[in-house]
Order: sequence, then C-alpha cells, then structure tokens
Amino acid sequence: MYEHDVIVVGAGGAGLRAAIAAHEAGADVAIVTKLHPVRSHTGAAEGGINAALQEGDDWELHAYDTMKGSDYLGDAPAVETLAQDAPEETITLEHWGMPFSREEDGRVSQRPFGGLSYPRTTYAGAETGHHLLHVMYEQVVKRGIQVYDEWYVMNLATSDEPDPNDRECHGVVAYDVQSGKVEGFKASQGVVLASGGPGQAFDHTTNAVSCTGDGHAMAYRAGVPLEDMEFIQFHPTSLPSTGVLISEGVRGEGGILYNSEGERFMFEHGYANNSGELASRDVVARAELTEVDEGRGVDDEYVHLDMRHLGEERILDRLENILHLAEDFEGVDGLVEPMPVKPGQHYAMGGIEVDENGQSCIDGLYAAGECACVSVHGGNRLGGNALPELIVFGKRAGRHAAGDDLGEAEIRTGYGDDVEDETETEFPVTPGAAGIDTSDGVAADGGVTADAEGLLERAVERERARVDRLLDKDTGVQHAEIRQKLQNAMTDYVNVFRTEDGIRKALKIIRECREEYQDVYVDDPSRTFNTDLQMTYETRNLIDVAETIAIGALVRNEFRGAHWRQEYQERRDDEWLKHTLVSWNDGEPSVFYRPVILEGQEKTYEPKVRSY
Amino acid sequence: MSTQQPEPETQEAPEDPEMKGAESPVDEREKEGGMVDQTSVDDADLEGETVHIKVFRYDPEVEAKQEPRFDDFHVPFKKGMTVLDAVMYARDEYDSSLTFRHSCRQAVCGSDAFFVNGKQRLGCKTQIADLEQPVRIEPLPHQEVVKDLVVDMDHFYDQMHAVEPYFQDEDTPDASDLEEQRQSRENREKVKMSTRCIWCGACMSSCNIAAGDNEYLGPAAINKAYRFAMDERESEEIKEHRLRILEQEHGVWRCQTQFSCTEVCPKDIPLTEHIQELKREAVKKNLKFW
Repeated sequence: MYEHDVIVVGAGGAGLRAAIAAHEAGADVAIVTKLHPVRSHTGAAEGGINAALQEGDDWELHAYDTMKGSDYLGDAPAVETLAQDAPEETITLEHWGMPFSREEDGRVSQRPFGGLSYPRTTYAGAETGHHLLHVMYEQVVKRGIQVYDEWYVMNLATSDEPDPNDRECHGVVAYDVQSGKVEGFKASQGVVLASGGPGQAFDHTTNAVSCTGDGHAMAYRAGVPLEDMEFIQFHPTSLPSTGVLISEGVRGEGGILYNSEGERFMFEHGYANNSGELASRDVVARAELTEVDEGRGVDDEYVHLDMRHLGEERILDRLENILHLAEDFEGVDGLVEPMPVKPGQHYAMGGIEVDENGQSCIDGLYAAGECACVSVHGGNRLGGNALPELIVFGKRAGRHAAGDDLGEAEIRTGYGDDVEDETETEFPVTPGAAGIDTSDGVAADGGVTADAEGLLERAVERERARVDRLLDKDTGVQHAEIRQKLQNAMTDYVNVFRTEDGIRKALKIIRECREEYQDVYVDDPSRTFNTDLQMTYETRNLIDVAETIAIGALVRNEFRGAHWRQEYQERRDDEWLKHTLVSWNDGEPSVFYRPVILEGQEKTYEPKVRSY
Repeated sequence: MSTQQPEPETQEAPEDPEMKGAESPVDEREKEGGMVDQTSVDDADLEGETVHIKVFRYDPEVEAKQEPRFDDFHVPFKKGMTVLDAVMYARDEYDSSLTFRHSCRQAVCGSDAFFVNGKQRLGCKTQIADLEQPVRIEPLPHQEVVKDLVVDMDHFYDQMHAVEPYFQDEDTPDASDLEEQRQSRENREKVKMSTRCIWCGACMSSCNIAAGDNEYLGPAAINKAYRFAMDERESEEIKEHRLRILEQEHGVWRCQTQFSCTEVCPKDIPLTEHIQELKREAVKKNLKFW
C-alpha cells in the first residue's frame, strides 16, 4: 500500500495544477496517472486561455460572456470565480516560462475567439495546450512531486454509508500497467479526480483514445451525481477522416467557412448575422450540419474552412500547427486549398458534480478539469475557457484537498433539501446494473468496516479478484466489439441533432452493451502491459458515462446550448433553468434537479435570447 | 503529399540472430484478400485492398511469445490510413494482445514512436500508402522492450530530468500584479522550435552515440536545455549554470553531428543545430572542457 496526504488521479492540466497547489499548501502529494504526464490530452488543446488581462477588458465582461455562452446554465459563483482568477493564473504560467505568443512590446498577445466580446484569448501559436502541459509538468519535476505514471486507477475506496453525503473517500485502487500489480493508494486528506473527458463514448471525436471517462464512472458508482451530462460540445472544425481538431483560432484570426456553393453560409443563410464564423460553437456546428443536410455540403459530408487569405506570414506566425495537421491527417495544404471540416465530439460540459472549491458530496473526494462540472460552461463552453478552468479549479481543488481554507462554497452538492425530485420521464429500458460487473459501486459487500485501511484493503481485494476473473475467463465477448457498438450508437443518435426516438434507440443499445459486457473477457493472459485488460475496464466506464449522457438528453425536453431536440426548438426557461443530476443508487440511475444560480456577487444574470 | 518514398537499406537488414529460428506464425487472414507485396502504391490503388504489416511480437511472460518474432496481419485499407490505424485494426479485429502505446492520434502525445520500415516515426502521422509493403513495425531500437512495441522509457525520462528542465528565473514580478516578464518576438521565435518537443524518444533511439554511451544526455534532453538556455527571460547566471550541465563529460561534446536525430524528429526540430549552437555558446563563455 502507498500512502500520501493527497492523491491526484490524472496528470493533464487540472491534475498537474492541483498537485502543484497541494504541494505548495504543504501536503505530501502524489499523482497517479495511466499515461506519462506529458502524454495527457491537455497537450492537444490548441486555441488558448481566456483571461481579462488588458485595459478595456475586465473579469465582469468575461463572466458575462461565459454566462451568455452557457445559455444561462452556468452557476454564477463558478463563472465569476473563473473570470476573477484566470488573469493571475495565466500570468503565473508566464512566470513559469510558458512561451506565449508576443506583441511587439514583449507582452503576451491576445486574440478574438467565438462568443467573446473582447479579444481575450492568450495563446502560444496553435499549440497552447502542449505548452501549458509541459510547463506544468516542468514545475512538478522542479518540486519533486511523486508521479506514479502508467498506473491505471480502477476504483475509489469509499466508506459505505447508505447516504452518499455521509460517505468518505480514503484513496484509490490502481494497477501498474507495466507489471500488472494491483495496489492501494491511501489518501489521508483527499483524492482529486482530474481524469479528463469521456470523448471516447463517441465514434467521431477530437479526443484522445485515453479519454474514457474513468473518473466520471468511478465517482458516479461511488454515489456522486453526474451533472448536465447531456451537454456535449461538438466542435465545428474537426477533420472529417480522423476527428483531428482544427483550432477555433483559425476562425479567430479570420478564417471563413464556405459551403459547396461557395457561399459564406454563416452570414448568407442567416445563422449568425453579427458574429458569423465567430458565433458560439453550438451555433456554428448546427449551421454546418444544416448546410450538409440541405444538400450544400461538400461530398455530402463536410464544409470548407478557408484561411488562405490570411497570408503565409500570419498563418506561419499564429497557426503553423494547423498547416501540419491538415497536411498530415487530411493531405491538404492549407496555404493553397481550403480545409475540409465537420463537427466532432469535443468536450463534455457536464461531469462530476462539485462546488467552486472542487469538492464533491463525498467527503475527501474532489474533481477538477473536464471530468468535473462546477458548473462553468453550462449548456455550451466558449472556446478558450477550458484551459483557464483547468488551472483555476485545479488549483482550488488541490489547495482545498491539502487543507487550505477557501471559505464556504455557494454551490451545493449531493442530494439535499434544495433539489427537485425525480423525473417522470419513462425510459425505454431499465438503465443501470446488469450484473455483478457493473454493480459494485460502494464498498457494500457486507459487514461494517471501520477504518480507512480496512476499506482500502477490501477495495484492493475486490479489484484483484476482478482482474483474475477477467483473465481466467477463456471465451466471451471482447471489449472492442462492445466499445464500437456503443460509440456508433452515440454518434448516430445522441449527436448534434437529437430526437426523442433516436435517444430511446441509443438507450436500448446501451442496455445491450451492458448485457453483453457481462460476458466480457480478456484474451491476453499476460500481466505485463496488458492494454486489453485496461481497455476492458475503460469500456465499462464508457457504458456508464454514455448512459448518463443519453438519460440527460432524454429528460431535458428543451433546446439549450449544445443540446438540441427536434421536438423542442426553444429554450424553456420557465421549466429548465436547472441542472440535470443523475446518480447511481443501488445499481440503478435516478434523476433529480438543482436550480441554476444566476445570482452573482454584484448582479443577477438575466437570461436573454442568445444571438450572435 | 509524396506517395513514393524509397526506404533505406535497413529494410533488408538481417534479422536479429535470436529471431532466426522463430517461425513467424502466418495469420490465417494472410491467405484471404489480395495482398500487394514489396511495392509502394498510391492511395487510389490501395482502395479495396488489404495492406500487409509485419509486427514485432515479444512478451516475457507468455511462453509462446518469449522468443521474439514477427506476426503478419492483413488489414483492409482505407484512404488516409496511418500505421497507427493499421495496428489498432489488427489489435481490435485479430489479436487483442497486440500491445503498443498510443493516445492522441494527432502527433502531440508522443507515445506511438515506432521503428517503421527501418526508421523512427510516429505511427499516427505516417501514412500507410507512403510505405513499401510489407510494412515492418518494430519497437524503437536501443531501448529495452517491455512487450511487443512498448519500450521502457524510464532512461529517456531520466535524461530529460537530468538537465533541470524547468524555468529558473528568481526575479519574476508578483503574479497578482499581472505583470508578465517581457519576451521579444525574436527571442520567442528563436526558442520556438525547441519548445515543440513531445518527448517521443525517436531522436534518442536514432542516435548512434546514445546507443553506445548510456550516459550521454542525448538530443532530446539537450534540446530541452536549449529551450531554457536561449530564453532571454532567464538570467545570464542561470544560463551559465545550464551550460555547465551541458558541458559535462556525457554532454554536448559527445555529439558527432550525424544529423540522425534531426532527420527522424516528427516535429521538425533542428536538434543537431541546437546542439552545435550550445557548443558554440559554451566556447564563447570560456567554460572549461571536461
């Protein structure tokens, strides 16, 4: 058994920032990550970091843009915290040596991004995430923070009180990918989940293969609600063949979208008469698919993004990486041809329900980054707001876990007296557990275990037994088959445009996946670097997460942000200014709601029609 | 995009004697589907065909795989298919024990550097159509093989850490004043290429010197040091400290400018040039040669 004050799960932007903050607060902190830190998906972020740094801009404008962008589903205390803390955090990165793009006077550059009323996106070429990730890893090395890399976290060790609000998290169970050894990691002060997004629930995604929603699923099965999971962002510009991301920076610098008839459709077809290509992501993604559906797509699949008119010098200065991506992954020279683009799954606005200090309803369990829902992004995340979220809330979660007092949180979590009860929506199938492999949520397998170590040991034993079972089984279904089926269902039915019928179909297929998973086995008998075993674990997590996305999409019968329902073409503020929460109770999901907090420090954010 | 790329002779290089006796078990699927042998073809010609990949296999723990060997897979070609796509297909459809690292699929995570047809390349950014068949996929040379295409990266990371890879200016202004350090555009441009390193290890694996001298810092770590030493935001004092690290016995002077690192770098970093520039800097500073 390993023991530290704070255990951070995941080593992307949020995890590294949390670890640095916990270390600075005096804690003995360790990072447990299934990849080496520099392999984390934060490295793929391209665009930039929103922070009100310049005169003429201020945090209140940033907060306002974010609330509007969220379609009034962001919680004001979270949004205001983000906008207030982002400038100092961005400058801290600069002090750590981050190679930001610069102005003539040597100060960091900022550029326009979708949905922003001021050019507030600080960037390092079109590879901001790469630099952010490496700079923070450098700081982790500098501080000598312990990193267990290529250790896959399989489960949390939580106590087993009937009410999740009373449970405590004491650590995690992980296995060393290189040796196959399963061990417990005791966290005497707290566990911070910073495990990234669940993009692999979809077939066409900009996300890395490692983005499998592990933290989401572990927290969910331990009793923490997942919040607003129906809000999945589809990025308007991903390459059609691979899903590789073409940064919003291209449009920020003046890139233009054309349909097959050479029309600048964002204006010519009236999708966003003021902002055009720089409307918010949900608006542009829908516009592109509408063009394709109405027969004005190129090859009936995509549209063109043109940056040739920006000139070689500017492209090389600010978007060079985009030229490489278009060339390597689509065979297109962006200097002489327009690039093919279509919407691709990109970001989960929802996630593990936490407050603005990163804390969940389970004592000692925190989450930050894409796996968490504070909630900052609400129904739609603005480009350039993911990276400040990582550093701002990663830092807060790390500090809080290490015992720093951040004051009382305004956002409430868990099931309490401020929530609205269950949904009346009927599900086409019974969601939730199909048998032993998906039902072992909390440590509830009999007997009362008093101390943390006992709980952890029991959790370790359970995972060891599960590994043995998966490896010993000789025939059955392989994870890859189930994963592909799940990904196809989500891309076919829970995509940019959603219908009731489609979501119901998706839920049925998810149910089939769950049942097939009962017969899953791992063909590779080796304990050494068994990726087959790891992906089998991940696939189970994807099933749980996909189900919460589909459930959220079915119950929310309105149109808000990225969530579009054919039967409901309007935002319904009278009923839906509230968060969807799905929690796992005794092996099945239940739905409840919590009102959105629109009241900020100085003012209340009144919902307005979102036009760009 | 180039479609014809003659491969270096290494393609024909004799196999490791250890592997000679091992019979490559020919996958059943080899008998199916028309395969194109030993030729390079362009995209259009490959549509509807299968591509033949030979993948290195080894697992210390599984009896049948303790003797290293190559397995043959025939993978249906799709336009734009990369080496990574092909091995993923082979794993998901034919043999789930086929093991390799990969994550982002877009050349930023740096985890899928393999030895493909005799050259270090990232699997995800190497188009299958550009390669001669059969495409031979091996783990990075000069690294210990953990299993199949997975090599032990610990030594590489140790070398990266050995150059104190973190910004060390002591005089940064207070962050809460929102006062950044100034950096000229020219200086950012100067260090730009060096900051693109994704730690894939391709350069280190291609370097003859690193192969013979385990303590040599190697091109990636020296490039990492360059990234800081040339950054005007760090003080002269710290720069000197960095040059001393680089001047140690197994530092920059070991480099024999063979350019192999520069040739294989998937991010086009001029590694050899950076190493030479650091040598010049060290001379200019009159630092003592070990």
